[in-house]
Amino acid sequence: MTPKTPSAANETYRLPKRLFDARCRACWFVFGLLCLTVASFATLDLQLAKIFSADSAARMGKFLLELTSPTADPTFLKKLWVATFETFAMSLVGTAIAATLGLLLALPASKTHDADPARGRGVTRLLLNALRSIPELMWAALLLISAGLGPFAGTLALGLHTAGVLGRLFAEAIENAPQNAAFALRARGVSEGRVFLYATLPQVLPQLMSYTLYRWENNIRAAAVLGVVGGGGLGQMLSFHMGLFQMPETSSILIAMMLLVALVDVASYGARRVMQR
Amino acid sequence: MTPNSMTNSPGSGTTLATQRDPAWMGRVFWFLAAIAIAWPMLVATEFKPWVLFEPSSLKPTLKFLGDFVPPKVEPGFLAMVAKETWRTVAIATAGIAIAFLIAVPLAIISIRVLSVSALTGRMNLLPASVRYAARTIAILLRSVPELIWALVFVRVVGLGPTAGVLAIALTYGGMLGKVYAEILESGEPHATTSLLRNGSGRLQAFFYGLLPQNSAELTSYTVYRWECAIRSSAVLGFVGAGGLGQQMDTSMKMFAGAEVATMLLVFIALVWIADSASAWLRKALA
Amino acid sequence: MKIALSGIDSRHPAARPDSVPAIRNVSVAIKEGEQIAVIGASGSGKTTLLHVIACALKPSAGHLNLGERDPWSLPTRELQALRGRLFLAPQTPPLPPRQRVVTAVLAGRLPQQSFIASVKSLFYPSDIPGAEMALARFDIAEKLFDRVDRLSGGERQRVGLARALASNASLFLVDEPLSALDPTRSKQAIASLTEAAKERGATLVCTLHQVETALASFPRIIGMKDGALAFDLPATQVTREMLHALYANKLDELNAPMPMSDELARPAAPAVMHCR
Ligand SMILES: Nc1ncnc2c1ncn2[C@@H]1O[C@H](COP(=O)(O)OP(=O)(O)O)[C@@H](O)[C@H]1O
Ligand SMILES: [Mg+2]
Repeated sequence: MTPKTPSAANETYRLPKRLFDARCRACWFVFGLLCLTVASFATLDLQLAKIFSADSAARMGKFLLELTSPTADPTFLKKLWVATFETFAMSLVGTAIAATLGLLLALPASKTHDADPARGRGVTRLLLNALRSIPELMWAALLLISAGLGPFAGTLALGLHTAGVLGRLFAEAIENAPQNAAFALRARGVSEGRVFLYATLPQVLPQLMSYTLYRWENNIRAAAVLGVVGGGGLGQMLSFHMGLFQMPETSSILIAMMLLVALVDVASYGARRVMQR
Repeated sequence: MTPNSMTNSPGSGTTLATQRDPAWMGRVFWFLAAIAIAWPMLVATEFKPWVLFEPSSLKPTLKFLGDFVPPKVEPGFLAMVAKETWRTVAIATAGIAIAFLIAVPLAIISIRVLSVSALTGRMNLLPASVRYAARTIAILLRSVPELIWALVFVRVVGLGPTAGVLAIALTYGGMLGKVYAEILESGEPHATTSLLRNGSGRLQAFFYGLLPQNSAELTSYTVYRWECAIRSSAVLGFVGAGGLGQQMDTSMKMFAGAEVATMLLVFIALVWIADSASAWLRKALA
Repeated sequence: MKIALSGIDSRHPAARPDSVPAIRNVSVAIKEGEQIAVIGASGSGKTTLLHVIACALKPSAGHLNLGERDPWSLPTRELQALRGRLFLAPQTPPLPPRQRVVTAVLAGRLPQQSFIASVKSLFYPSDIPGAEMALARFDIAEKLFDRVDRLSGGERQRVGLARALASNASLFLVDEPLSALDPTRSKQAIASLTEAAKERGATLVCTLHQVETALASFPRIIGMKDGALAFDLPATQVTREMLHALYANKLDELNAPMPMSDELARPAAPAVMHCR
């Protein structure tokens, strides 16, 4: 608003906008971020100076230098191969469990049509969120008690966390699926289970598969480190050898991990391409 | 249906031989192949669900789970949990802040749009190799999981949040660097290249052409990564990087179900808050 | 199946509760085995009428009788059984893109199948000859094992009609079956449809945009205008003036072919972000 009596040298509308505007969302956002960051650094008593000290730089350098000479000892490579296969199997089985469990949970978690009472929707979504918000590694640590040390705990951990993730995505996909095919079957009194099999599932299947494959790429990375808490596979080997400062072995394990991740990425990409046909 | 009516419509009648489903053999094959693949996988993962129900594992599980109710709500313990929760958030935030400082130069160096020599055809050899190197660094940093960085740093700087912050900083630095570069390269380069053509410097072109165009997407991606970092930071506690994860690890090793229950609930709430905050922010920015 | 509507009002659940009903005060009696075409400008309530008869839309006033019974007072189980005996063919063929034609056609049999049988049929089609026979009536038997999304719009529409024939319904409610077909195919499709209905003594109610086809192929014509019944006469008594009144100020629709209603644009898949 321009005042009636100009008291300033310039008309107010000619003045540049005020830099700080109480409603300026971006300013508040940046300000909040800065506060959070400063508070974080202030309360953490970080020893960043220590890491840049000559001593630890030298240790770090030695560490990294040793990593460049992987071992090729045949007996070790044999063990490494077993652990690599175990990791791969964990990611695959874990993803399969997750897809199955996720689909089973996605059905009650989705409201498929307007007249659907969807009674279990709230509870199931709560369960899915709980499954999802606990990371794989935490699940693995929890499952050690009942499944014992080893790949089974890791597999279940991957399955549970990923079931939460996939279940939510699947439920969204099912709710967003086009309605006309399902409507035509419902109009004939076909039960919900068969409406899903004959109308909804064929429509959403490509999407569900592609979500699952993306999650598989994610899970191979998770499976590689689950062993650190006792979940089997490459991670278990890694934490063992790294704990003993056996750098050549550690280096070979890291290389195996990267190769495995790259392999799964390629496989998943290929599978998605095949499915798009 | 009378045979007469069948022959009335053209193109029918003669072709009506009982057919077999041509897809059947393929389905049988893939079904058998799936079993053949699944079998060794199940063996390798020691997939024995009945183990869960053997008394030797069922009893401690039930005892542990029984301890979950009621969760421990003793004031001293709650204060400790609150402090560790903040540490988890702080490790994530500090890690992301350093990751940001690593990612921005990596991204700016590695994007082609800001190349002056590429304006007039091919990029020169030296800048091209610098760009390539920046990209490689980002990919290398990203391909090592943060947990492994944490294991390394715990050995170099000792137990504590420093290892967690550095681990998040390196992995997320690589991730952010790569994705920032992808976002910046994906847009319409016209505004930026015309600035460069008119003689402005690379950084000027970045701040006046490229950044305003992509700032919303960059911010929302960073905020999303912050949410991921909170989960990571809790997980890093399990290898001794401090925060909620470390306390949870301790309590689990002592089979203290009530303590674990409290911390799990707090953690779920934390993830939920971070999730909604980041969803809200991303919506506000869009 | 015999149908009787008296004083039916109906409104879509999505419509505002204070809006005028999509169809108002419609009373029609249809005898078993009768064949009827419903015509009218678009938006006149033809689809709504079919949905009311199909028990897919509950009337807000009036009385509906299907085969001497009021479907909306039946217990759920019997209502579902009744629904299984009628076939509603929506205007856009309701076929999932990646389903195979044979499966899509056999889906017409679902109401009479047990759950186990329907699951088995997904792995090996339960009645390939039956599906092929139904498709042959519309001259697309050779597409039996093709995927639905590899068919043209017209072929998909004919697969939708073949599904109707594959079902053993005693009431066919067919919505705009010709919207994607050329004139020759249209004639052939309508002939197959009416012939098949006659063979099994089923009642056929068909909404149509092609007035000439309706008058030529159906003995009885119902005209709808603005949600109300404009006329209900034998085809021979429908005059040019009546048609002009029916399509008043929408005369272009009287002669022009119906624009094929495009399939609803798919909502984009939600963007997924992963932490790794
Ligand atoms: N899904 C819907 N929600 C609300 N109103 C609708 C819906 N579908 C149709 N209508 C209303 O019902 C009236 C009749 O539509 P409809 O029966 O589809 O006409 P026709 O099939 O003759 O073209 C239309 O005027 C429209 O306003
Ligand atoms: Mg219509």
